[in-house]
Amino acid sequence: MNSYELLATVLFFLLLLAMVRPFGSYMARVYQGERTFLSPLLVPCENMLYRFCGVNRDEEMDWKRYAWAMLLCNLVLCAALFAILMLQHLLPLNPQQLPAFTWPLALNTAVSFVTNTNWQAYAGESAASYFTQMAGLGVHNFLSAATGMAIAIALIRGFVRRKTSLLGNFWVDMTRGTLYILLPISLVAALVLVSQGVIQNFSAYKTVPLVQAASYDKPLLDAKGEALMDADGKPVTENVTVREVTIPMGPVASQEAIKELGTNGGGFFNANSSHPFENPTPLSHYLEIMLILLIPFALTRTFGVMVGNPRQGWALLAVMLFLLIASFGVLQGVEANGNPLLTKLGVQGANMEGKELRFSLAGTCLFEVATTGTSCGAVSAMHDSLTPIGGMIPLSLILLGELIPGGVGSGLYTMLAFAVIAVFVSGLMIGRTPEYLGKKIEGREMWMSIVTILTAGIVVLVLSGAAMIAPAAVASMANPGAHGLSEVLYAIASMANSNGSAFAGLNANAGFYNILGALAMLLGRYVPAVAMLAMAGSLAEKKFVPPSLGTLPTDKAPFALWPTLVILIVGALTFFPALSLGPIVEHVTMLGGN
Amino acid sequence: MKELKPAILLFIVFTVICGGIYPALVTGIASAIFPKQAGGSFITGASNREIGSRLIGQPFSEAKYFWPRPSATAVFGFNPLASGGSNAGPTNPAFIATVGDRVKALHDAGVTGGVPADLVEASASGLDPHISVEAVHVQIARVARARGMTEEELSKLVAAHTEGRQFGFLGEPRVNVLVLNVKLDSLQ
Repeated sequence: MNSYELLATVLFFLLLLAMVRPFGSYMARVYQGERTFLSPLLVPCENMLYRFCGVNRDEEMDWKRYAWAMLLCNLVLCAALFAILMLQHLLPLNPQQLPAFTWPLALNTAVSFVTNTNWQAYAGESAASYFTQMAGLGVHNFLSAATGMAIAIALIRGFVRRKTSLLGNFWVDMTRGTLYILLPISLVAALVLVSQGVIQNFSAYKTVPLVQAASYDKPLLDAKGEALMDADGKPVTENVTVREVTIPMGPVASQEAIKELGTNGGGFFNANSSHPFENPTPLSHYLEIMLILLIPFALTRTFGVMVGNPRQGWALLAVMLFLLIASFGVLQGVEANGNPLLTKLGVQGANMEGKELRFSLAGTCLFEVATTGTSCGAVSAMHDSLTPIGGMIPLSLILLGELIPGGVGSGLYTMLAFAVIAVFVSGLMIGRTPEYLGKKIEGREMWMSIVTILTAGIVVLVLSGAAMIAPAAVASMANPGAHGLSEVLYAIASMANSNGSAFAGLNANAGFYNILGALAMLLGRYVPAVAMLAMAGSLAEKKFVPPSLGTLPTDKAPFALWPTLVILIVGALTFFPALSLGPIVEHVTMLGGN
Repeated sequence: MKELKPAILLFIVFTVICGGIYPALVTGIASAIFPKQAGGSFITGASNREIGSRLIGQPFSEAKYFWPRPSATAVFGFNPLASGGSNAGPTNPAFIATVGDRVKALHDAGVTGGVPADLVEASASGLDPHISVEAVHVQIARVARARGMTEEELSKLVAAHTEGRQFGFLGEPRVNVLVLNVKLDSLQ
């Protein structure tokens, strides 16, 4: 890392940390229904909206009703998106006259965007119309993020409230999260992105002449659509000259801003945030990383403010920050070393396959850890082409359960599940009653926390195992050997943990991945979400236990270290065997020169 | 089922707000204050005809042009309708062989010694318009010869077209291959 890259990285983290406090406190005010500087503008809109939708803002819900409202809302969203995708060819704003999605792909995509995963088995520029992007996918980018935040807030209320079954009103939390947090920031960020060159228009795609005509060999097909072979068994080709190309257009900036801010990650274009129209300059690149990390980090402050002890929030932030920076250091280090197999051929410098030049290596690596440490899944480099250990970093960040710092809302509630387990285990070890934030941790809380942290792991291991014995799943691999296993493991981990990035060589638009992937996304998102709401309900009903000499302080540095270890141990125990067959074997092979 | 009504109505309201008003507002403001960027940063050549976007690279293979990074887009390189990388794994034998061929092609074109990685390894988008300063330098001799320019003249032109780090510290110094090649054509 040169001194410019170091400076950029340090400044980036300082700026991020400086924003955690004011922005986290702002979010606490939003969810506690207090006045903010946007209230004069937004309160009238909010009231009109509640009246129209028949929502009584003062009517609070118990955990079952809150969970039911959340699931029903997501079901409606999913059905609507599925319909838009299946009817795309009949809907407006489709200047390229793109056809409808096939049903397995539409199902996978609808589930993917509703669950905040944004796994994409299609290429945006050649499959999705402007209407689909905006009114379909874009809307879900807002609402799936607001859903995640609402669940986290309900869980915080569970810790804060005493002897009640009420956790707040889901519709109010959704509405306020969208209007006060997601929309204003997206609007400003989208305009800054346009200033850098991100496009924002509704024009038809533009055809331009090439400065120098190019040519390529096009394989000829026979009547059945199969490659035509000559007498020697080689494919017959014809030389085709390309004199002009078609450049896609669209409302990209508005999508780009919320895609990062809501840790959604679904690219307007196939190349996602590496596409020059999505991410044209180093500034747009760092802004996008900032948008990805902002809400997940600031929510720790929101948590601290709402539980009345900001140090509790800082302790969680310290865990996240430490693991994120450590991952960044490893990734940057191994990528800077380059690929020894290519160095032998006379290639100089870092591993540049699948990376864009303008972002700098450190900038690229920071984006990749941010996007996989959160459940974002946007990419500014192709993870499939990272070095073996380099590729293992994003894979591990996903496998650890998306809590470093995790998706908007989902990161915080997964981290809180780990904190509950850490408190319980340490309570057993030193003989103290396990309490967290003045609430006794008992069997029910432990059950719900375990369900939250193990669901994704079980889904990943079972489905990856199934993929290895399904010929159709194996045929989708793009690279041979150990790397192929990494591709499959990454794909299923990404879906089960709501990430959505990929080792994209894998052909994911195949029945196996579309349908089982949709199942993985549903389980990985809603089982933990409902479990955490159940825990919130149980916590809210408990009485407050004032801290005594026997209470383990959870806002001090030693405690921050403890959940870190629990996270690493659970992750290692669950996934080390799989990782050692994929990236680790490949690394050893690469060093051996094969 | 009491919650079904707010679920459906909120979905409709937010589709209008987030899926209609918000992108329309961004489009309106953007086209007023950043019309060129919002439209795709197109550059114009002779007779004011649009010849491409400065953000989207184009393929070049003739000796008189600077060559861009390899592109792995489908069917042909730098196809803007099929953005994406090769997704080749680092130990994939086919990938290693391809890079070997590219290194050889550069050596055949007069490059001596080591080859900058960005010139033989494909970009993520397949549309990367830039190459590194080193990757330009190894090509100066060839382009100067093909165009009958001196290397000093060409080096000066290249230096004038080198974009520094943004604000002096963000990103990498780089050269936009399309812009530079268009400039070269306009000089002759």
